[in-house]
Amino acid sequence: MAVLHSAPKFASNEGVIDAISETISVWLIEAVEAHGEVIFRVERDAVDKVLRILRDDHAYQQLMEIAGADYPSRPERFEVVYMLQSLTKNQRVMVKCSASEDTPVPTVTTLWPNAGWLEREVFDMYGVTFAGNADLRRILTDYGFEGHPFRKDFPMTGYTELRYSEEEKRVVYEPVELAQEMRSFDFLSPWEGAEYVLPGDEKAPADRQGEAKK
Amino acid sequence: MSMHLEESPTTEGEVISNYTINFGPQHPAAHGVLRMVMELDGEVIERIDPHVGLLHRGTEKLIEQKTYLQALPYFDRLDYCSPLAMEHSYVLAIEKLLNLEVPIRAQYLRVLFAELTRICNHMLNIGAHVMDVGAMTPNLWVFELREDCLNFFERASGARMHSAWFRPGGVHQDVPEKLLVDIGDWLDNRLPELFGDAMSLVIDNRIFKQRNVDIAVVSREDAVAWGFSGPMIRAAGIPWDLRKSQPYDVYDRMEFDIPVGTNSDCYDRFMVRVKEVYESAKIIKQCLRDMPSGPIASTDGKVSPPKRGEMKQSMESLIHHFKLYTEGFHVPAGEVYVATESPKGEFGVYLVSDGTNKPYRCKIRPTAFSHLQAMDFMSRGHMLPDATAILGAIDVVFGECDR
Repeated sequence: MAVLHSAPKFASNEGVIDAISETISVWLIEAVEAHGEVIFRVERDAVDKVLRILRDDHAYQQLMEIAGADYPSRPERFEVVYMLQSLTKNQRVMVKCSASEDTPVPTVTTLWPNAGWLEREVFDMYGVTFAGNADLRRILTDYGFEGHPFRKDFPMTGYTELRYSEEEKRVVYEPVELAQEMRSFDFLSPWEGAEYVLPGDEKAPADRQGEAKK
Repeated sequence: MSMHLEESPTTEGEVISNYTINFGPQHPAAHGVLRMVMELDGEVIERIDPHVGLLHRGTEKLIEQKTYLQALPYFDRLDYCSPLAMEHSYVLAIEKLLNLEVPIRAQYLRVLFAELTRICNHMLNIGAHVMDVGAMTPNLWVFELREDCLNFFERASGARMHSAWFRPGGVHQDVPEKLLVDIGDWLDNRLPELFGDAMSLVIDNRIFKQRNVDIAVVSREDAVAWGFSGPMIRAAGIPWDLRKSQPYDVYDRMEFDIPVGTNSDCYDRFMVRVKEVYESAKIIKQCLRDMPSGPIASTDGKVSPPKRGEMKQSMESLIHHFKLYTEGFHVPAGEVYVATESPKGEFGVYLVSDGTNKPYRCKIRPTAFSHLQAMDFMSRGHMLPDATAILGAIDVVFGECDR
């Protein structure tokens, strides 16, 4: 596909997958190139080894970011994505692994000192733990916060709200009370593949439901 | 918290302990709501534990609830000193997923205003930095220039700070001819004069140098390992600029130099920013000179909404207008990480789309995270007042750091 967009153009990804896959083949689950991004999915327990190889043998010197993501339908619901950058080759790759609440990911603070806060953030937001990170405190949320707010099942309004109480002369925490219910609009048109049953459709015989879609 | 006790030579065997103080969260030199727990030995910093997150607003979570277009204004509110540079990464990420072509005039306009934003941001940082180390006047002078920049943003978008002017597919509306003339005029006369005057007070100033030279020296290896970017890595002598090495929009047509430091101290970081202001001015002049006329937003009606005037006239535009402002456009499933050179360094957006009209996940890579994290090792062994100079030279804004 011809590149029409004007997003940052780094060095060509040609041959990157082959060269790297060869050296990390033992732990590699999948390597894809899509939308101009090279992504390696690797085994969780070997993340530190893979990243060490990428840093030392393939010249990806900088760890720019560690992102968490939550896919509740998967058996291991969380994904941890490492964005690496090579200053010498002018390239970027992503390495990702999956994790669940009780399967710690090996820390990479041994490879990059700035991984500390990045891992703390993933822990804070998703509850993914990192084995070997000695300083896994919360980072962005309030002191004494409970829960992991970026999980898909965490409500956007949260559970507690705080205000200054004139009577008690201090800030008090209270359960969230909404004057109006949170609204979430569904924009998926029924004829564009919505999965739910339209009101009234349940009256039709079960074997004929959804026929209109086809 | 570990407090180690030591024998002091001056108190004749009386044991004194290290002293822990709170710097912030409400401190004028903390550049926002930063709390730093400092462990001091007399006036020498032994350890710093920065506590961030006091301005955390859950932007990334909020973005997941909005359509792609509705999520855009959140980016203005990240780094509120350089709002357009924040939007830039986001719109480019969407365009990368859509593989959407942006008209050339829109690309020029974006580069022009991104650079104006850079000047605007550096004015604030340079002013704040000199004020942190004791100089009052230059800050007042460069704020005049910042005011001018904000007026330009207002004339282009209608808003001084939160412009929401970059849109997926281009920019929101075209600029008046007179605005471009005025920007050119401002670059030729007012900026060099006022900025030159302000800097003449600072650059060779003895006090300013005493406060900044040889403070927080970071080696090249450390700068790379700590994930530095922007002026922080350039001050370490590494000519790394995403505008040059990974050009986006029309940066590949621009001629400009990358200023680098030699000593990698706070003074170099300051000077890199000063030089960047002049380089940005050069880029803006080239934009003004070469900008063609033409459309300012993608002609793909399924992504960029029609103007209001058209909407009143044509049925098709009316449908597009309604669909795009309610449902929004759908973005093909996939994930991209797009990083641009914001005035503070690499500002990245990791965008995961599941094919619907809302982002599934939008991770924002703030520039300040890596830099602020290095605060501990950069200030170790320095004096307490140096902490403000180091913080000033990092150029941190908490809207972006805490998200």
